[in-house]
Amino acid sequence: MAAVQETVDRVRSIDVEQYKYGFVTEIESDKAPKGLSEDTVRFISAKKSEPAWMLEWRLEAYRRWLTMTEPGWARVEYPKIDYQDLYYYSAPKPKKQVSSLDEIDPEILKTYEKLGIPLREVAMLEGVEPRPGEADTAKRKIAVDAVFDSVSVATTFKEELMKAGVIFMPISEAIREHPDLVKKYLGSVVPTSDNFFATLNSAVFSDGSFVYVPPGVRCPMELSTYFRINERNTGQFERTLIIADKGAYVSYLEGCTAPQRDENQLHAAVVELVALDDAEIKYSTVQNWYPGNSEGVGGIYNFVTKRGDCRGANSKISWTQVETGSAITWKYPSCILRGDNSRGEFYSIAISNGYQQVDSGTKMIHLGRNTTSRIISKGIAAGKSQNTYRGLVTAHRKATGARNFTACDSLLIGDQCGAHTVPYVEAKNSSALFEHEATTSKISEDVLFYCIQRGLSQEEAVGLVVNGFVKDVLQQLPMEFAVEAQKLISISLEGSVG
Amino acid sequence: MTALLEIRNLQAEIAGRKILDGLDLTVNAGEVHAIMGPNGAGKSTLSYVLAGKPGYEVTGGEVLFKGEDLLAMPPDERAAKGVFLAFQYPLEIPGVATMTFLRAALNAQRRKRGEEELSSPDLVKRVRETAKNLGIDAEMLRRPLNVGFSGGEKKRNETMQMALLEPLLCVLDETDSGLDIDALKIVANGVNQLRSKERGMIVITHYQRLLDYIVPDIVHVLSAGRIVRTGGKELALELESTGYAQYQSEAA
Ligand SMILES: Nc1ncnc2c1ncn2[C@@H]1O[C@H](COP(=O)(O)OP(=O)(O)OP(=O)(O)O)[C@@H](O)[C@H]1O
Ligand SMILES: [Mg+2]
Repeated sequence: MAAVQETVDRVRSIDVEQYKYGFVTEIESDKAPKGLSEDTVRFISAKKSEPAWMLEWRLEAYRRWLTMTEPGWARVEYPKIDYQDLYYYSAPKPKKQVSSLDEIDPEILKTYEKLGIPLREVAMLEGVEPRPGEADTAKRKIAVDAVFDSVSVATTFKEELMKAGVIFMPISEAIREHPDLVKKYLGSVVPTSDNFFATLNSAVFSDGSFVYVPPGVRCPMELSTYFRINERNTGQFERTLIIADKGAYVSYLEGCTAPQRDENQLHAAVVELVALDDAEIKYSTVQNWYPGNSEGVGGIYNFVTKRGDCRGANSKISWTQVETGSAITWKYPSCILRGDNSRGEFYSIAISNGYQQVDSGTKMIHLGRNTTSRIISKGIAAGKSQNTYRGLVTAHRKATGARNFTACDSLLIGDQCGAHTVPYVEAKNSSALFEHEATTSKISEDVLFYCIQRGLSQEEAVGLVVNGFVKDVLQQLPMEFAVEAQKLISISLEGSVG
Repeated sequence: MTALLEIRNLQAEIAGRKILDGLDLTVNAGEVHAIMGPNGAGKSTLSYVLAGKPGYEVTGGEVLFKGEDLLAMPPDERAAKGVFLAFQYPLEIPGVATMTFLRAALNAQRRKRGEEELSSPDLVKRVRETAKNLGIDAEMLRRPLNVGFSGGEKKRNETMQMALLEPLLCVLDETDSGLDIDALKIVANGVNQLRSKERGMIVITHYQRLLDYIVPDIVHVLSAGRIVRTGGKELALELESTGYAQYQSEAA
């Protein structure tokens, strides 16, 4: 235990440093030993200086997980995961440092350029160090500031949020600083016993975000803006909890259009949203994890559980996702429409190319009266990929007047990929009205030629046509990300034709 | 002087079927050529071969564009070099606003030619002016390209694209079909404004009426995959009364 205690102290002191300078300092990675046991769970909890109740919560999840089996119903295939052969904790570690942008893979730089991300931000995202000779710390700080003046921006944001009474911090901090809120809501939407991957996450989650917006408060900024600047290594078992109290509103964006690499192949995040009476949460995701190489080797397995609970009357939760990365995506952001007149929305763009496999969709569970939901899903399959929409819409006995509209469109590029639609619909209340539309089409060679005749390259033509296809969903994204997402979509389809 | 376009003994197939069979045609800069001919003669096929549509296999002959081997260029390069085809059946692109499409096309061509991209305000201004000249409502520029456009609106849109892209060789494939009489005048007027010393045009049509407005320098009859007769603008009038029967039997 002594070694653990020592590490805990070190992590604490680093936390203080981070706070002082307001940016992520370089610390050496320290990993928990390989494999998963009660000790691993204790190690993680100790690392985070968690209170006893949190450790208990994790352990309970761990014991539950031991009794569960990995689900096999999704239309994805991958070699069996050896859970004892994985690392479950490694301290946040900055990217491999390089001394100048010249050292970054030109391919990656090209991607940033296409995304329109300014070079100074690239330098930050890719972890560029100051030039040799400038390596002393004082100068280094200046260099970092010069590369990206995020510190002052972040501080301004923090103050603004505080003034509004919005709590926005890493969940590890919230566990220590706001235990009552965390205890009340953590696991209240996705119980520790929910599913194999969520249960695993509950046992070993690394970190993530915590947001609480007090009654009647409209969060004064898109939390995306803040996030973009601060996000670093959120870890492979991310845990996010967002609560909008009565009449509150918050818009949150997770992820980044920039290419994301990670040594850890398995990612199993859990996101829980709670909207009380008259509250609204808008949650947007842009996911661009490494999809593997052109032969389909490597790439992230992304097994995510995301669920929102419209707990109060007239509440609203809206999910928007742009999924372009990962080797395997297993992800069903869902809404439980518990409050009367509550509303759930799911807008999705899922693109697969190369050997990617996507099985994604949503569940809309209508429990309250006059609850409404809307699902717009756009799947694009290219290369040798498989792209499945899997959706469930149910109305329970008391859900009088439930309404759902679902439109699922799939676009195929080339003839070696597959698109599949698996909708489940159940209505136990006869007044429920569910509408479902689905289309599958191949990208039209004639339309592509028309664009090319006007001067577009084959790839530009595909990008344009696909962006048109997904427009209804893109419009749901916060403005600044919609533009980047649009470019990202074109980039992810490169090499898909011809 | 090198011709703008020189087609020699062009042979082309679709799906193994020979459609163009020894076609010769020379268009000099500044000239407007009309091509008439029966349905299925190969007029659209000629326009697609010039534009480089996949599936159209050239099995013989050559095409020089300003002295360069046109058939060796990929289709987007042909476009950037100034070959424009106004489609007989313009395609719809759901979700892509007309303005967005025009921006993409114009800037793609400029990039390929090593020119600066147009800034948004410049582009919008140019598009608006061009649209206005062709009686196209500004509201239409926001609508997805050709989606739900009437036949006539699609043809006007093709003409607008042509005016914006300022090509050197304009191939108009039945741009008059679907136009009402007023629209025909507006479109013809738009096309006439593009006539210039540097530019050549091939106007494919079934109707003499269009040629009252766009007066051609030369008229050709295309039948069974080759040019079977060439004359002045009066040839169009003659065809109006005689039809194509004589050429079809000749070709058969
Ligand atoms: N994809 C295809 N496969 C097989 N035959 C084709 C294909 N496309 C065109 N054709 C044939 O090629 C011939 C020439 O067609 P084309 O469209 O060039 O005629 P056209 O002169 O433009 O006729 P129109 O006046 O009706 O527009 C026709 O017989 C047509 O059926
Ligand atoms: Mg034709």
